[in-house]
Amino acid sequence: MLDATNHTSLPSRPGVGYKPQHYSDIMADAGPLGWLEIHAENYMGDGGRPIAQLHHLAERFPISVHGVGLSIGGEGDLDADHLARLKHLITWLNPSSFSEHLAWSTHDSHFFNDLLPLPYTPQTLARVATHIDQVQDTVGRRMLLENPSSYLAFAESMMSETDFLRELSQRTGCGLLLDVNNVFVSATNLKTSPQAYIDDFPLDAVGEIHLGGHDEDEDETGAPLLIDSHGKAVVDPVWALLDYTLAKSGPKPVLVEWDTDVPDWPVLAAEVARADTALALITT
Amino acid sequence: MIVRQAAFKTAMLDPAAPVPDGIINPDGAPASKRFDVYRNNVAVSLSDALEAAFPVVRKLVGDEFFRAMAGVYLRKHPPKTPLMMFYGEAMPQFLRRFEPAKSIGYLPDIAAIELALRHAYHAADAAPVDANALTTIAADALMGIRLRIAPATQTVTSDFPVHAIYRANTVAGAPKPVMQAEAVLVTRAGFDPELHLINAAAATCISALKDGQSLGQAMATADDTLDIGAVLGLLLAQGAVTEIY
Amino acid sequence: MSNATKTLVLASAVATAVAGLSTTAVAQENEKCFGVSLAGENDCAAGPGTTCAGTSTVDYQGNAWTLVPAGTCETMDVPAAADGMERMGSLEELDRDLPA
Repeated sequence: MLDATNHTSLPSRPGVGYKPQHYSDIMADAGPLGWLEIHAENYMGDGGRPIAQLHHLAERFPISVHGVGLSIGGEGDLDADHLARLKHLITWLNPSSFSEHLAWSTHDSHFFNDLLPLPYTPQTLARVATHIDQVQDTVGRRMLLENPSSYLAFAESMMSETDFLRELSQRTGCGLLLDVNNVFVSATNLKTSPQAYIDDFPLDAVGEIHLGGHDEDEDETGAPLLIDSHGKAVVDPVWALLDYTLAKSGPKPVLVEWDTDVPDWPVLAAEVARADTALALITT
Repeated sequence: MIVRQAAFKTAMLDPAAPVPDGIINPDGAPASKRFDVYRNNVAVSLSDALEAAFPVVRKLVGDEFFRAMAGVYLRKHPPKTPLMMFYGEAMPQFLRRFEPAKSIGYLPDIAAIELALRHAYHAADAAPVDANALTTIAADALMGIRLRIAPATQTVTSDFPVHAIYRANTVAGAPKPVMQAEAVLVTRAGFDPELHLINAAAATCISALKDGQSLGQAMATADDTLDIGAVLGLLLAQGAVTEIY
Repeated sequence: MSNATKTLVLASAVATAVAGLSTTAVAQENEKCFGVSLAGENDCAAGPGTTCAGTSTVDYQGNAWTLVPAGTCETMDVPAAADGMERMGSLEELDRDLPA
């Protein structure tokens, strides 16, 4: 178990997934924006503009480092080189938060650039817990683990995702990152209730809430199949699910992610403002 | 019914392969179209990364050809690290052996230039040396000095007019390439990499300097088309010399 | 050239190179350039659903490939190979690059 102290935490305000094209806009007028998220892998070069830019951003905003390539759910060992790069970044940047995904992306030394699913069994639980222990020991701080978007299920799964995440948090001391769009996407795709998922989620362990847009498709039976594309505005049912969550959890840092077809800053700023309103509703 | 990640991976990269048993929809039925979500994510995200990495190669061969070629490349050379900014490092070798692109002999060298530009972009920062320090060195000591070269600095040599081809595809109104061998030097004085036309002798000499050979040794590696004054002038002007030792 | 001559040539080249340098330092890029990014980034978004690239059969087995390059290469007027050059490698070598 790791001590969670010693590091500043993110403010319970809206944040945004940082895109370089928004640099000037954000620096000129941040509005209610309280913090920024960066993807760890984009700042693992040796130098140049990305690193210089991150230094500037970190002087102004609390930073959340969000890893997308560690493959914590992988069957194999964690990539020691990648873990070392992560440790280096977290050491010099000293971010307010560090998070990764309940997913795998590397197999046999090949990286597939996607968050791939895993079944929830006692075996996978033990493996993921070992990996989280190793990450937290290496980077010397508590991490947050994010619930995935699910498109399919594994016949072998024996635990619910909420039980799986709760058990991981209890075993390793890691915090959780609750992506309410992922909850909505998974619940729709797997025909479960998103509110029931929130009801069963260990909200005390949540250090960060994520929001994003999704695409709509359907499977071969005509059932809805939502895709976590991060390429659109957050839909109303997901905003409602945020309200539902915040009412139970109290104030949390809330992030808007927009990764594909990234709009001009005003469009994203409107999403940030809406997250700010949702937070204001529960604090007044 | 246990789905190993090896089986998942194999089916994910091969659209003709069956979806692994044990992957189901919420009603317990096999979930093939749902599995396709991952097939697409991987193929599309890696193809997108290659498009972003090799814009000039893409322009030269056209979108449709590039996209199809990317599909072949990503299955033969999946990324070896999670750093997408460096993905495509095997592209020059791949293109050298890729039959359908054989008619474009310069394509591998253009890919090498695009790789060098990206490496330069992410290379470690390095403060340039004060050029005047060179003038204080006694003439008979100059042959023995070594120049530390900034990490962003790279050279690419080619039997083709690659500098002209690169410019013709990136700079509006740039002249048409004329068949000749060309070499390029990539430098990064600030944050943006720059491409310079040099000759093969200069490329050889710069590589030798980069390897830590003395000025005299580096000059000796190149033939008599080497203009050492021009090479030093270019390196110094671009902030590519970080130490004299 | 004798060593002494080489030394003189080098000393003169160095002097010319340094003298030729512009007295103004390389312009420092300011913050507004921070907006520019050389593409190729990681993110955690999913791709475009269930249609296209990943599910179309990517067959590159000898004659199955029908596409020809159709970009600006057609306007470059550069020969396919420099004189006397032999293209390296073959398809069989390519297949050996396949991951296990």
